[in-house]
Amino acid sequence: MKNRRDFLKTAATGAVLLGSSSAVTKLGYAAAPDTHTVAGKSKVVVAHDAQLHGADGKLDEKRVQALLDRAIASYTGIENPVAAWKRIVPVGKVIGLKVNGLGGKGIATHPELTLAICERLQQAGVKPGQIVIFEQRTNFLQACGFQHTDNPAGIRKLSGEIYGYEAQSSNFGAATIKLAKALTLCDMVIGLPILKDHSMAGLTFAMKNMYGVVDRPQDLHASNCAAVADLNCIPAIRDKVRFTIGDAISSVYDGGPSFHPERLWQPNSLIVGQDRVAIDHTAWQMLERKRAEAGMQSLEAVGRPPRYIATAADAAHKLGVNDPQRIHLMQV
Amino acid sequence: MKIDSKKWMFAAAAFAMVAALGIAGCRGNKLNPFPDTGAVKGWQKTAETRTFIAKDLYEYIDGDAEQYLAAGVVSTSTSDYKYEGQLEAVVDVHTMSSPDGARKIMDTGKTADAKIAPLGDAGLAYSQSIIFRRGPNLVRIVAYASTPETPDALMALARGIEAKL
Repeated sequence: MKNRRDFLKTAATGAVLLGSSSAVTKLGYAAAPDTHTVAGKSKVVVAHDAQLHGADGKLDEKRVQALLDRAIASYTGIENPVAAWKRIVPVGKVIGLKVNGLGGKGIATHPELTLAICERLQQAGVKPGQIVIFEQRTNFLQACGFQHTDNPAGIRKLSGEIYGYEAQSSNFGAATIKLAKALTLCDMVIGLPILKDHSMAGLTFAMKNMYGVVDRPQDLHASNCAAVADLNCIPAIRDKVRFTIGDAISSVYDGGPSFHPERLWQPNSLIVGQDRVAIDHTAWQMLERKRAEAGMQSLEAVGRPPRYIATAADAAHKLGVNDPQRIHLMQV
Repeated sequence: MKIDSKKWMFAAAAFAMVAALGIAGCRGNKLNPFPDTGAVKGWQKTAETRTFIAKDLYEYIDGDAEQYLAAGVVSTSTSDYKYEGQLEAVVDVHTMSSPDGARKIMDTGKTADAKIAPLGDAGLAYSQSIIFRRGPNLVRIVAYASTPETPDALMALARGIEAKL
């Protein structure tokens, strides 16, 4: 197994810069390819800390921050966290953090993670008023630890049902939706999904998290949520959601997306990357390993494999790669 | 005219009385299975009860709503609780169109580590949650932490709810 320094060397060959080429020039960053690949592979970092939860079962905030820093350092190849974040986010732009609290308080994006990201964003030069934490519904946002607060002087926490949706519909394939204004006001969005089994889609993580940026997600549930790939192809979602810091600190391996403590599992990990398809493929494999370990049937066997992952990788969607041979997986 | 006026007054008074009794009767029959603060020792009701009719269930459990709709859910009510100021829990009461619907949901979610709980028509207990059904009602209580007190505390709250069903 490679040590962390080796990983950083490898990671450095694929240093990221998430702005578009024009944005890079405007913002004065060093010219760099807008790549999320290493030698033609999509890079996914799985950062793990077995001690993330203390003996009392509570999450250790400092270890969450350290795990985030390790994940970002491994992904960017830059050891200094602030310098690394400066390579990820464009300063002077509005950065959205799409959390996921649909499953309720027991299985929502952990506020410790969201706040750790907010801290690093600010240290990297993003003003508090340019950070937007958002979720579809007020109670989902509350489950993630935040109340709807639209104060531009501080970090904005927006509920879609209060802040509203665009009047005009957007469409791609089977997905015709109205986008949350909280998404459209952002220049860049970082997805903060939480890893869960899903009663229809099989898996909910990076791509499925985008059901929380539309007005009527229930209209996209047909055929095991087959519209996930189409939804992610809607230009505002495809273009703005450029990075994922997946919360795999806690998870439910069956019975999701609601909270079922009897199926709770603590992978104590973050899954990080730009390629949402590669991230979902990686998360799916983790979930399947846990189900097998628990003596459960695979998602395929129970009739709900997350087929949307392969769809998202196909020629009609081109959202990323799902071929393990084309995923550069870094476990740190 | 005078007689007619008296008749109208009498009719109006009688109508008002019947209406008032009717409203009171309806209130009396309306299901409120959520124990108030202190009704079950140690438990505090920390939120207003929210009720979602079937067509709005997505607002509460989007992604899970379909299985409840397929089982004939009529409405779902929910409230938050806290035990001894520490242990947080949520109570969901799903009212189905028939007992079969409640049975279907309960059987679907059953896992190997479930213990039989003597509640309602049937009940299951886990270390951090309890589910039971009584008639068309399905009750699920979930704690957000597992402590040595959790199972007994949840059972006490479940009994408090059962008594109100």
